[in-house]
Amino acid sequence: MGKGDFAVELEDVGFVLGNGKRLLDGVSLRLPAGETLVLIGRSGSGKTTLLKSINALLRPTSGAIRVLGRDLADWDPIRLRRQVGYVIQETGLFPHFTVEANVGLVPRLLGWDEGRIRARVQELLRLVGLDPDLFGARRPGQLSGGQRQRVGVARALAADPPLLLMDEPFGALDPVTRAELQEEFRLLRDRLRKSIVFVTHDIREALALGDRIGLMSGGRLLRVSAAGDFFQTDEPEVAAYRKVFA
Amino acid sequence: MEYILSHPFEILKMTGEHLLLVGVSTAIATLVGIPLGVFLTRRPAWSRWVLGAANVIQTIPSLALFGFLIPLPLLGGIGARTAVVALILYALLPIIRNTHAGIASVDPAIREAGVGMGMTDWQLLTRVDLPLALGIIMTGLRLATVISVGVATIAAAIGAGGLGMYIFRGVSMVDDQLILAGALPAALLALAADFLLGLLGRAVTRKPLLCMKLLAAGALAALAAGGAFLLASGGEAREARPIVIGSKNFTEQSILGELLAQRLERAGFKVDRRLYLGGTLICHNALVAGQIDAYVEYTGTAYTAILKRTPVSDARRVYDDLQKSYLEGFGVRLTRPLGFNNTFAIMVRGGDARRLGVKTISDAVAHARRWRAAFGVEFLEREDGYRGLAAAYGLDFAEPPKVMDLGLTYRALADGKVDLIAGDATNGLVSALDLFILEDDLGYFPPYEAVPFVRADALAGHAGLQEAIDSLGGVVSDETMQRLNYAVDGERRDLREVVGEFLDGLGR
Ligand SMILES: Nc1ncnc2c1ncn2[C@@H]1O[C@H](COP(=O)(O)OP(=O)(O)OP(=O)(O)O)[C@@H](O)[C@H]1O
Ligand SMILES: [Mg+2]
Repeated sequence: MGKGDFAVELEDVGFVLGNGKRLLDGVSLRLPAGETLVLIGRSGSGKTTLLKSINALLRPTSGAIRVLGRDLADWDPIRLRRQVGYVIQETGLFPHFTVEANVGLVPRLLGWDEGRIRARVQELLRLVGLDPDLFGARRPGQLSGGQRQRVGVARALAADPPLLLMDEPFGALDPVTRAELQEEFRLLRDRLRKSIVFVTHDIREALALGDRIGLMSGGRLLRVSAAGDFFQTDEPEVAAYRKVFA
Repeated sequence: MEYILSHPFEILKMTGEHLLLVGVSTAIATLVGIPLGVFLTRRPAWSRWVLGAANVIQTIPSLALFGFLIPLPLLGGIGARTAVVALILYALLPIIRNTHAGIASVDPAIREAGVGMGMTDWQLLTRVDLPLALGIIMTGLRLATVISVGVATIAAAIGAGGLGMYIFRGVSMVDDQLILAGALPAALLALAADFLLGLLGRAVTRKPLLCMKLLAAGALAALAAGGAFLLASGGEAREARPIVIGSKNFTEQSILGELLAQRLERAGFKVDRRLYLGGTLICHNALVAGQIDAYVEYTGTAYTAILKRTPVSDARRVYDDLQKSYLEGFGVRLTRPLGFNNTFAIMVRGGDARRLGVKTISDAVAHARRWRAAFGVEFLEREDGYRGLAAAYGLDFAEPPKVMDLGLTYRALADGKVDLIAGDATNGLVSALDLFILEDDLGYFPPYEAVPFVRADALAGHAGLQEAIDSLGGVVSDETMQRLNYAVDGERRDLREVVGEFLDGLGR
C-alpha cells in the first residue's frame, strides 16, 4: 500500500437487528494507512460492534466496508482475520492454551515453522513486558488481569499484521503500568507503522495515542477530528468529555 | 467364590468376551456419537430430533430391543453382532448428549475469539470446542461404558456370550455361586473402566490434545481388534450349516434344548446350541427369522403370548390351531408333543392327600375352608389364575391367600406353613418334597404341552430330521421332567450328563 491508501473505509454502514434495534447507524469513516484512529464513546455506543464488523465477525445490514484495499465481500473472512490483529475486549484468551500457545496461535494457523514461532513468541512477550521463561508456560488462569491483557496484545501482534483492532487493550491496568504501556505502544506504533483502530473509554488515553479521534454515540459516529481538535466543537457529548478531562 | 476359584480360565474367557462386546460397541458409539454430537452443535435444528430419538432408544428395555433387532437383516440375528448393535444404541445417547452439551457450554466469547483470530470451523472444533468440551465428553463416555458393561450381561440372552451366561444360568438354577461368577467380574469391570476413564478425564484438563489423540487411537484399536475377532468368529459359524437349537433362559428349557440337541447329534446331525435365550419373544423371533431352527415351546404360551388368543382348555384344539397358524404365518411346524404338560398345578402335601383321600381339586374344596393358601403374584393377578379358579370350583380358604415368591411356595407347603399352592407341574421339588398335584378335573387350566417347534424349511432340507425329533414324542412325562429338573437344579448335576443318561435309558 502506498501513501494515500486507506487501511479501512466504511461507507454509510448500518447494523439493524431483527427487532429493529440499531447497533450501527450511518457510520462512514476512512483510516489512512499507518494512522491510529481512537474510538471513544459511552458504554453501549457501538464501538465493539464496529470493530467486529471490520473483522467480518459481524455482517452489517447496510453500507460498504473496505479493508486493506479490498471490499469485505471479496475477502475470504478467514484470510482477512489472519491479517488483522485483534485485541479482544476482556482479552478472550484460550483458557486451555499456555501463554506461548495463545501468542503463537495465528502464526501457527498460518503454518509458520515451530522454531520461528518460538522465537517470535519470545520476542513479543518481552515486548509487552512479560518474561517468557516465567510466563510462557502458564495458563491464562494463572495470570493477573493486566498480564492477561498484555498477552492479548502480544497475540494480536504475533503475525505482524498491517492492521490492528484493539478493543480497550489497557482497560484493566493500574494507572502506572498503563502509562508505561501507552508509552511503549506509541514507540511501537511509530516503529512498526501499523494502521490501528483503538477503542477506549478514557479521553486522556485517546488524546495521548490517537492521530485522530472518533466519537461514537448510540451507534452513530458523531464526529471524527484530529486529536488536537477534539474539544474544538459545541457538540454536547464532547462537552461531557471536556468536563471529565478538566 | 468357590465356583470362581475352581473355574478361573472359563471365567477369564467369559470376561474377555464381555470386554470385547463392551469395547467394540463403546468404540463404535464413540466414533459415531462424537461426530454426531458435533454435527448437532452445527445444525441446532436437528438436535431436538436426534437427541429425542436417542432418548427413546435408551428407554427401550434391553430384552425388547434385542427382540426388535433379531428379525432385522444385516444388523440382527442371534449372537455377538446383534448385541454389539444394541449396545451401540444404548451407548450413543450419553455420548451424543454430552458432546453436544459440552460444546454448547464453551464460553461464546472464547469461540468468538477463535473465529476472530482466523480459525476455520475445523480448527475451531479441534482446538477450541473439543478440548474445552472434553471433560464433559469424557463423563459421557464413562457413563456409556458403565451402562454397556451392565447391558452386556443381558446380551447372553441373544446368544452373545459374556458374563451374562453365568447370571442367566445362576438365576434359572437359583445358584448364588453362578450368579456371583457373572456379577462379580462384571462389577469389577465396570469399576475398572470407570476408574481408567476417570484418570483419562482428569488428564484431559492438562493435556486435552494428547487425550483426544489417545481417545481416537484407543477407539480405532478396539474397533480393529473387535472387528477382526467378530469377523473371524462369524465366518467360522457360517461355514458348515448345523442345525441351530435354541431354548429360553430357565432350567427346564435348557434341558429340553439339550435334549433336542443330543438326540440330533446321536442321529448324526451337526448341532449348534443357542441355549438361555432371553425368553419367549426372543426365541420366537429368532425362529421366525431363521436364526435358530428349533426350540421347545409350550402350547399355551404360543397360543396366548404369540397368537394373542384367549386361553382354552381343549389341548387337541390348541395344538391343531397352532399347527395351522404357525405353518401359514411363520413357516414353522409343531412336531409330536414331548409328553408332559407344564401347566399351573394345584398342589397339597402328599401326606394330606393320602390321609384325606383327595385326588382332584373338587375333592379339596370341602377341606379348603380350614386351609391356608399361598400363590405367586402372577397367579394371584391373572384373570385365568386364582380368581377364575376360585369361581370355577367354588374354592374358599380360611384366610385370603398369601402372596409369595413362586419359588418359595414349595418349601412353605412342605414345611406346613401353608396347605395349598399353585406351582409348576414339572418343578423338580414336587417329587423331592413329596408334594401331590391335584387333578384339574373340571379342565380349568389351559394346556401347556411341551412341543418342539421346528422351521419347515429345516425339516424339508435335512432328511431324517423330522423322524429324529418325532422320536422324542411322548417320552417325557410330568414325573420324568420333574426328575430331570431336580437333577440339574436340586442336585446341581451337569446338564449334558443328565440329558445323556436319560437318552441312554431310552435306548435312543
Ligand atoms: N449480539 C447482540 N445482540 C443484541 N444486542 C447486542 C449484541 N451485541 C451488542 N449488542 C448491543 O449493541 C449495543 C452496542 O454494543 P457494543 O458492544 O458495540 O458497545 P461498546 O460501545 O463496545 O460498549 P462498551 O464500551 O461497554 O464495550 C449495546 O447496546 C449492546 O447491548
Ligand atoms: Mg465494547
